[in-house]
Amino acid sequence: MAKDRSTDMRYQPGFGPLAMICLAVLYAPILVLVAFAFNANASVAQWTGFSTKWFATALFNESFHAAALNTMLISVSATIIATMAATAAALGTTRVKAWRGQTAAFMTINLPLMVPEIITAVSALSFFALLGQVFNINLGIGNLILAHSVFCIPFAYMPIRARLEDMDFTLDQAAADLYATPWMTFRRVTLPLLMPGIASGIALAFIVSFDDFTITQLVAGPGQTTLPIYIWTQVRRPITPELNAMCTILLSISILFISLSVLIGQKRR
Amino acid sequence: MTVLESRQGLEIHHVGKVFSQPGRPDFRALDDVSIRIRPNEFFTLLGPSGCGKTTLLRMIAGFEHPSEGEIRLDGADISVKAPYERPVNTVFQSYALFPHLTVEDNISFGLEMLRRPKASIDETVTRMLALVRMTEMRNRKIQQISGGQQQRVALARALAPHPKLLLLDEPLSALDLKLRKEMQIELKRLQHETGITFIFVTHDQEEALTMSDRIAVMSAGRVQQIGSPRDIYDRPANRFAASFIGETNFVTVKLLTVSATSGELELPGGTVIHAGVPDGVKFSPGKATIVVRPEHAELVGAGAGNLAGTVTNIVYFGTDTHYHLRLKDESSFIVRRQNRHGLSFGPAIGDEVGVLIGEGVAQLVED
Repeated sequence: MAKDRSTDMRYQPGFGPLAMICLAVLYAPILVLVAFAFNANASVAQWTGFSTKWFATALFNESFHAAALNTMLISVSATIIATMAATAAALGTTRVKAWRGQTAAFMTINLPLMVPEIITAVSALSFFALLGQVFNINLGIGNLILAHSVFCIPFAYMPIRARLEDMDFTLDQAAADLYATPWMTFRRVTLPLLMPGIASGIALAFIVSFDDFTITQLVAGPGQTTLPIYIWTQVRRPITPELNAMCTILLSISILFISLSVLIGQKRR
Repeated sequence: MTVLESRQGLEIHHVGKVFSQPGRPDFRALDDVSIRIRPNEFFTLLGPSGCGKTTLLRMIAGFEHPSEGEIRLDGADISVKAPYERPVNTVFQSYALFPHLTVEDNISFGLEMLRRPKASIDETVTRMLALVRMTEMRNRKIQQISGGQQQRVALARALAPHPKLLLLDEPLSALDLKLRKEMQIELKRLQHETGITFIFVTHDQEEALTMSDRIAVMSAGRVQQIGSPRDIYDRPANRFAASFIGETNFVTVKLLTVSATSGELELPGGTVIHAGVPDGVKFSPGKATIVVRPEHAELVGAGAGNLAGTVTNIVYFGTDTHYHLRLKDESSFIVRRQNRHGLSFGPAIGDEVGVLIGEGVAQLVED
């Protein structure tokens, strides 16, 4: 097939340099951050030599350990809760006959993506304050798990719903036709075919919860420090490459999960 | 017929279906449909798209429920039963094979859901694979086999639980012509070997004529005629049945006298002939319509026969030739003549000719 160069964006004048500038602006600061994690001296601005000692310092830092544990507990719990809720919501909004409120339901589930995070954070804070003062209920770290679960739902919902919409509903009917009860149809046909969508949902929900700062900062009680919060507290002290090393570890985990999400999403297409 | 016999098979009893959607007017897909399908019959629902044939099939499978009437299987009302509670299996138009399972696991799915013992499942799957000639493909994934092979797996999957009814929703429409012809023969063989009642949905009249024991011709949500292929072709009940199946000529005539089986009528030229009356249809003397199949009319010289016309077009088909005529009353008429060796009479365009409609050839139809 002959390519028409006149409409191909790559052959427009200035495309190359513009693309390079965009990439540089996006990734240069991150590359600098990662580079100085390997700096031999205690400066984050003056390069003296290569070393991995700051990674060792970070990994043996007990506060960092505690924060990492909190983060894992919150993220894993929130991911499980959010993915289950999102799967149910996706089934409920696609595997039904067309009804009047369908678009409204879809919008309601996705709206938290548009709401400024600080507003979600402040409302979560006042909600838990109300819960504590009026009903004397304090779930401890459960508060954070609950808040994270809620804002992770739309992120998990999107890939699961997309997968369900791609799936042929006739397959469910074929299962029912072959004597499968609704539960068996779900277990043997719908769920296995939905797995790539659910896996993408899990990866997205985990990464969103893992990275969260704003909501956690407002809702977290004493001792409920997560990795992003811990790093933020370190920024206010004299900065050493230990911080860069921590950020690099976080970044690696994020990249790992995003890659998994993309890879699983592409499989079985 | 004993009482017991009459309860066997599928009985569709005054079934109607209305679809309502918010913000749209109600749509009536089926109107007072009554059909009785005998055990071990190859029964076809034939009609154009939108005639309600697929809706009826989906109701027999349990994916839709009738708004009116009842569906009875061997005497028991199954109208409100869920699809998984009916001894009925479907071959879907898109096959709907499970893409995450192998050929074998697709075929054993229904048997597993019925909790048949493992040994019996293995035995049945092996037998089904042999029946559809797919033994070598047992462990393949669905994406690794061709469309025609998927068709066979879909058949094996639906036949494996040995249902009382096998429903086939235009299963051959996605295949190319050669494969379609092969599968038509294959389906007849499978029906014969398994002894299962097949209910086949199609819009292809030729497919219906060649495969079916009986056909229900449907249009606009109603059954127009039920009968054997020969009945429907030779004795169409009404104008729709006559025109949907095969080519046909309609001639407006004057009906003089009529009984339950035969009518005496006057053709446009003034000659009087007799025509058959389809079962159960009442006619009264006066203006009426008869059908004459193009191959049943005979071309004769001008002045002979019982209709007169002018040749307007001649279409050569190899095996036979179609002569398009304009009759005296300006209506058109087609005569189809087999191209036998040594035909002496060959009119040209513009020639005056006669048409002979022999005794027992014409059929009265409802308009």
